[in-house]
Amino acid sequence: MSISQMKKSLTARIVQEKIYNLLMQGKRLDGRSPTDIRPINIVTGLVEKADGSALVSMGGTKILVGIKTEVGSPYPDRPREGSFTVNAELLPLASISFEPGPPDERGVELARVVDRSIRESRCIDLEKLCLIEGEKAYILFIDIYVLDYDGNYYDPSTIAVLAALATARIPRYEVVNGKLQKTGEYFNLQLQSLPFTITFGIIKERFLVDPQIEEESALDVSLIIGVDEKDNVVSIQKNSPGLIPENLLEQMIETASEKTKTIRQKFCEALNIGK
Amino acid sequence: MKNEKLKLISEEGIRIDGRKLEELRPLRIEIGVLDKSDGSAYVELGKTKIFAAVFGPREVHPKHLALPDRAILNCRYHMTSFSVDERKPLGMTRREIELSKVIREALESVVFLEEFPRTSIDVYVEVIQADGGTRTAGLTAASLALAEAGIPMADLVAAVAVGKVEGHLVLDLCDIEDKYGEADMPIAMAPRLNSIVLLQLNGRLTKEEFRKALELAKKGIMEIYQKQRDALRKKYSEVSLMEV
Repeated sequence: MSISQMKKSLTARIVQEKIYNLLMQGKRLDGRSPTDIRPINIVTGLVEKADGSALVSMGGTKILVGIKTEVGSPYPDRPREGSFTVNAELLPLASISFEPGPPDERGVELARVVDRSIRESRCIDLEKLCLIEGEKAYILFIDIYVLDYDGNYYDPSTIAVLAALATARIPRYEVVNGKLQKTGEYFNLQLQSLPFTITFGIIKERFLVDPQIEEESALDVSLIIGVDEKDNVVSIQKNSPGLIPENLLEQMIETASEKTKTIRQKFCEALNIGK
Repeated sequence: MKNEKLKLISEEGIRIDGRKLEELRPLRIEIGVLDKSDGSAYVELGKTKIFAAVFGPREVHPKHLALPDRAILNCRYHMTSFSVDERKPLGMTRREIELSKVIREALESVVFLEEFPRTSIDVYVEVIQADGGTRTAGLTAASLALAEAGIPMADLVAAVAVGKVEGHLVLDLCDIEDKYGEADMPIAMAPRLNSIVLLQLNGRLTKEEFRKALELAKKGIMEIYQKQRDALRKKYSEVSLMEV
């Protein structure tokens, strides 16, 4: 059962008014322009026991992603492919609005939206994750934890997942007498695309990107758009109640395409990828 | 299987179920089909079959969830175990949790919740057979159930999925087109307000394709919207004929 959220509770109405008035002048609380994203910081390999990990901050929002691989059976309808699953948890230490317990609908939605971008852009070559056709394949468990929540956990989550994937070292197996054995070597996943997302907030007829937490509470509606390096739109999710004026959509797609380029460039610099 | 090339669209631009690219499946709408609820509707879009029912405004349980300035809207999107090819396990899947959320948010965009503080309005969507486009058909049904329950709304919500199949943009994907196609984009609108209340994209579209897909969706949505209004009018002009 999905229940209406109590929103606009943490921020005084006067702040909401200020956010609106600033936006009308093309300004924001923290001095950004409406289409500026916050500074991004990427640390990879923080968790040695994970096969891949990344800690990403976007302004005050911090996301930790870890990847563990297991060997399992491929899906019967895809005998030549490995698989991956994305999970997300909004940890109670990240915000007073997150409570302990199994992932609620916000966590489920976060995981599914990130999953969509990764899957639809065919970022991971699943055929390379097959070990024995129809019998054994790698399963990647990609787990997202929101550590500190200062608005917009979608965009840094996608960045963190890609950073963890790009730097993951997957244990190599060989087939000995029909059985799988670790060789002690590792291989890298060669990512086939880099899909990033941009979160939009709309107030009246204006929009901004990457809202921080006070701004989020003042938004009429929000929307996430994912774009890959070939400028394909790979995922969209409207993730709040509210009306999206139809005439704003094209402009937002254009902005998403532009801003994901900025993120992609920063990502490649941070990870030393020559793309 | 992957190597048997399944042909979903013929050379002549005819789809696997005989439709043209920009054609909706046959749509059947009935209003007031479940007696115990305050409002209900049944929507059939091709083989996709859905019941929606609304209770409320009524007292909130548990009480602490009540909001002082408006009603809360509860929404559950659920598929019966036999609605899909392989039996769906009982209980809510992650997909159903997500869809409950986006459907609720779409409805919250049009319902005047502030008219009923401290109450809850409960919306149940039951998919009894799924053949693609269940969230959108579910929304179409849910907004009619809300209307029948007499809950004031800024507009009805009409919804449809558009997508890309074998390089063609198509309206109202059926299950097999969704599964093997390149993109699926469910959209719901409040047509009178020129606004989008639900938007998701699963798949790859170029910017130009996105623009065209949006246009195509609008065309389908207007058609569905008209049929919704006809169904409501029919219901209230023929009150004496309470068949079913």
